[in-house]
Amino acid sequence: MIGTDLNTVLPELILAIYSMAALMFSVYFGKDKRAHAVFWMTAIVLVVLAAIIAVAPAGSHTAFNGAFVDDAFSRYTKVICLLASATIVLLSIEYCKKNNLLKFEYPILIALATLGMMMMVSAGDLMSLYMGLELQSLALYVVAAFRRDSLRSTEAGLKYFVLGALSSGILLYGASLVYGFSGTTTFSGIASTITGDGLGLGMIFGLVFLCAGLAFKVSAVPFHMWTPDVYEGSPTPVTAFFATAPKVAAVGLFARLLFDAFPEAQPDWTQIIAVLSVASMFLGAIAAIGQTNIKRLMAYSSIGHMGFALMGLAAGTEVGVQAMLIYMSIYVVMNIGTFAFILNMERDGHAVTDINSLGQYSQVEPARAAALALLMFSLAGVPPLAGFFGKLYVLKAAVEADMAWLALAGVIASVIGAFYYLRIIYYMYFGEEAEPLTGKMPAMHYIFLMAAAAAMLFGAINLFGIESYTAIAAEALLK
Amino acid sequence: MENLLSIITFLPTLGAAILVVFLRGNDEYAQRNAKILALVTTLATFVISAVAIYSKFDPSNPGFQMVESREWLVGLNYKVGVDGISVLFVMLTTALMPIVIGACWGVTHRVKEYMVLFLLLETLMIAVFCVLDLVLFYVVFEAGLIPMFLIVGIWGGKDRVYASFKFFLYTFFGSVLMLVAMIAMWMDAGTTDIPTLLNHEFSYASMTVLGFHVTGGLQTLLFLAFFASFAVKLPMWPVHTWLPDAHVQAPTAGSVVLASILLKMGGYGFLRFSLPMFPVATDVLANFVMILSVIAIIYTSLVAFVQTDMKKLVAYSSVAHMGFVTLGLFTVTKQGLDGAIFQMLSHGFIAGALFLCVGVIYDRMHTREIDAYGGLVIRMPAYALILMFFTMANVGLPGTSGFVGEFLTLVAAFKTNTWIAFAATSGVILSAAYSLWLYRRVAFGDLIKGSLKTITDMNAREKWLMAPLVIMTILLGVYPALVLDIIGPTVNALLENVTSAQAAAHAAMALN
Repeated sequence: MIGTDLNTVLPELILAIYSMAALMFSVYFGKDKRAHAVFWMTAIVLVVLAAIIAVAPAGSHTAFNGAFVDDAFSRYTKVICLLASATIVLLSIEYCKKNNLLKFEYPILIALATLGMMMMVSAGDLMSLYMGLELQSLALYVVAAFRRDSLRSTEAGLKYFVLGALSSGILLYGASLVYGFSGTTTFSGIASTITGDGLGLGMIFGLVFLCAGLAFKVSAVPFHMWTPDVYEGSPTPVTAFFATAPKVAAVGLFARLLFDAFPEAQPDWTQIIAVLSVASMFLGAIAAIGQTNIKRLMAYSSIGHMGFALMGLAAGTEVGVQAMLIYMSIYVVMNIGTFAFILNMERDGHAVTDINSLGQYSQVEPARAAALALLMFSLAGVPPLAGFFGKLYVLKAAVEADMAWLALAGVIASVIGAFYYLRIIYYMYFGEEAEPLTGKMPAMHYIFLMAAAAAMLFGAINLFGIESYTAIAAEALLK
Repeated sequence: MENLLSIITFLPTLGAAILVVFLRGNDEYAQRNAKILALVTTLATFVISAVAIYSKFDPSNPGFQMVESREWLVGLNYKVGVDGISVLFVMLTTALMPIVIGACWGVTHRVKEYMVLFLLLETLMIAVFCVLDLVLFYVVFEAGLIPMFLIVGIWGGKDRVYASFKFFLYTFFGSVLMLVAMIAMWMDAGTTDIPTLLNHEFSYASMTVLGFHVTGGLQTLLFLAFFASFAVKLPMWPVHTWLPDAHVQAPTAGSVVLASILLKMGGYGFLRFSLPMFPVATDVLANFVMILSVIAIIYTSLVAFVQTDMKKLVAYSSVAHMGFVTLGLFTVTKQGLDGAIFQMLSHGFIAGALFLCVGVIYDRMHTREIDAYGGLVIRMPAYALILMFFTMANVGLPGTSGFVGEFLTLVAAFKTNTWIAFAATSGVILSAAYSLWLYRRVAFGDLIKGSLKTITDMNAREKWLMAPLVIMTILLGVYPALVLDIIGPTVNALLENVTSAQAAAHAAMALN
């Protein structure tokens, strides 16, 4: 028995063993002198794991009495998380070199956070849910404060930690209520105690607290307060990390919990998710208008995008889950491209985050400006770029689920949101000339920026086939 | 040659790609090469489209022709094809683009990007008129905003930023409502195929939304969502305010594209979607739209009167002329539809020419203030002649194409509602008044302004740009059958569908 269980969690096992081995290796053999190698090694391990999971045979397996689920849904989300994390590790190298942050702990922390994410999307039990979530969060708190000599970075880490601990507390409280009223912590067990007549009061409270805790992790309004500050304060590659992989994992966990543990309570939780979705879309769109710091702007942008992803979840259908996965995949690519650009916004060696500084950037670096403009149009959801198709899927799912009002709210929010994405284009193309940015773009960043922009453009042809993979993943979740 | 339409559509993109990849540098020669390549591409597109459509298109067939269909995302199709209505808009686009490129010959600021954007815009505009998939239509309809936003924003006038944002957000807002309606139609009909949807009957049972009784039910709601998009695009009063701003700030070539082709997308949308797909809603709302059209005609004509900026005057006159288009369309009669389509095509040539005329003197004097001119006929006789010609065409002088469209729509309006026709006809008088007054102030009188003493007449390039427009305006004016024969069968079939659906709905409601 234990053999098959271990076989099921093999990728997680590999990553855990790798993390510890890398830690030991670095500690005993040269510490930060080995950091460069550890960065590359971690990225390679993450990519290899993604490949292993991607080619794994179809089918669903559970391990440890249902505490761990390995199905098409978890595999798809894991691949996205792993690839996003690997990309971030690669993007971080140059930044860390420049800022004296080339420490071996960094990639290992990212690997551990990724391990947490893998646990999260495979969770089949409240225990494993919490374990994955905390493993991820603890690693994230530390990387947020990774720039120890920077006041902003430590402040961000502390803020994230305090608020994160609060949300974990809320989540745990919800979990204990659910456990108390259902008598079990496994998702399938919880599901079996819920009958068609709806939830009891205790279970409703439990569900609401669980949702609140998870909403914090996906930074959905009204649990978003930490996002702008943490995004602004953290080192830029860490911000890029926050905006990508953990978001995918948290949304995946959200879907996993609601569909696996509370399938019969769907009418109850669709309301919660729909409200979170509308509030996030509008706050993300409106609050970003006043931002001049590009990292804060991207924080609000990610809040708004989470609103759209949750719209797919709110639909509560297979199409909805598929739409959510497609949306998150496109979102991750857009963010990686955008952050690859932001990483190089600097003047004379100092990072610049004010969007004013992009004035007439298109004259200085036409190719990079064009790539960023494409990404901005895509984030705004203007066709024919891939970002539009993400929105099309979730809107379709919402209308199909008889939630046309949600779709209407979404499109109105997207028009409001378009304004601030256009504003970045405005600075680059129409604005007053600013003192030019002097950041030299390392080849790695350039490749990711261009690849992301090209993906937005050519995604219109067939979205690189993710449609069929996400369909299988969504089917697996709702079986 | 199954994919002729795709070739026509994507040829300009190919040109743009060549420019992006192969053209380096920004010296005089690189700039000239960019312009020449763009001109060659647009001319080639025009020639291929003319030959292809002349040889393949059968005007007596009211259905879609030259259809090409491939599978795409989400169960959508990449499907293109043309019928009697869209084929002329495709031709209008391909015919005008070489003139547009010719109009930017004097530009020296970021020429390569300018050409690339115009070429991409051409692809998207052609695509709008020939796609046969609902969502694909939305994609290309919206995507056109990106190049136009950049054209106004980068090469525009002093307030270009305000104008470009207003243009983008206004049209974006209108369109996203249409997107939701499209998804609802998709759910309702189970397909996004436009030819299938044209035969799908959307429910028109009355319903209550948020306490409001909605006659025509789902059809009315869908109609209104589409209306939001097309009314902004066309534009109709009272959502026209982005147009004067965008026109004034846009560079000359941008104004020409905007007036000649982009505005027509709204009218085309009404013809392709609103009328045939929602016939009952059209019946319910026709009077409302006609009244808006009449207000547009009179109000914007009066506003045009008091403009001091030439481009703004022409822009308001465009809104007024588009009022005739919606007026004609929503009479739902043969003359009305013929007239509306004719008016759109003719306005494409006339308004384009008027913006070029403004551009000619703007290039010389760098002002568009009417007061800065006067007596131009003395130094610029050729210009004065051409401006006179297009002013008259704008007024609707018989013998020019402007007359045919206005006359047909007014006849149709008269048959439908005498009072509306009465009010709309006064718009013709007003348009004569503001156009001729503009002409008097610009061209006649004594040449007293010192700055004008050395102004030069039109050069050969400018004359050549005008020539095809003059020819088309006269040709369509004296031989309107050229257009009417092609659109005739399609318009008849469309009308038959709409009126039979309306009759069936009336019968059904009478039974209840």
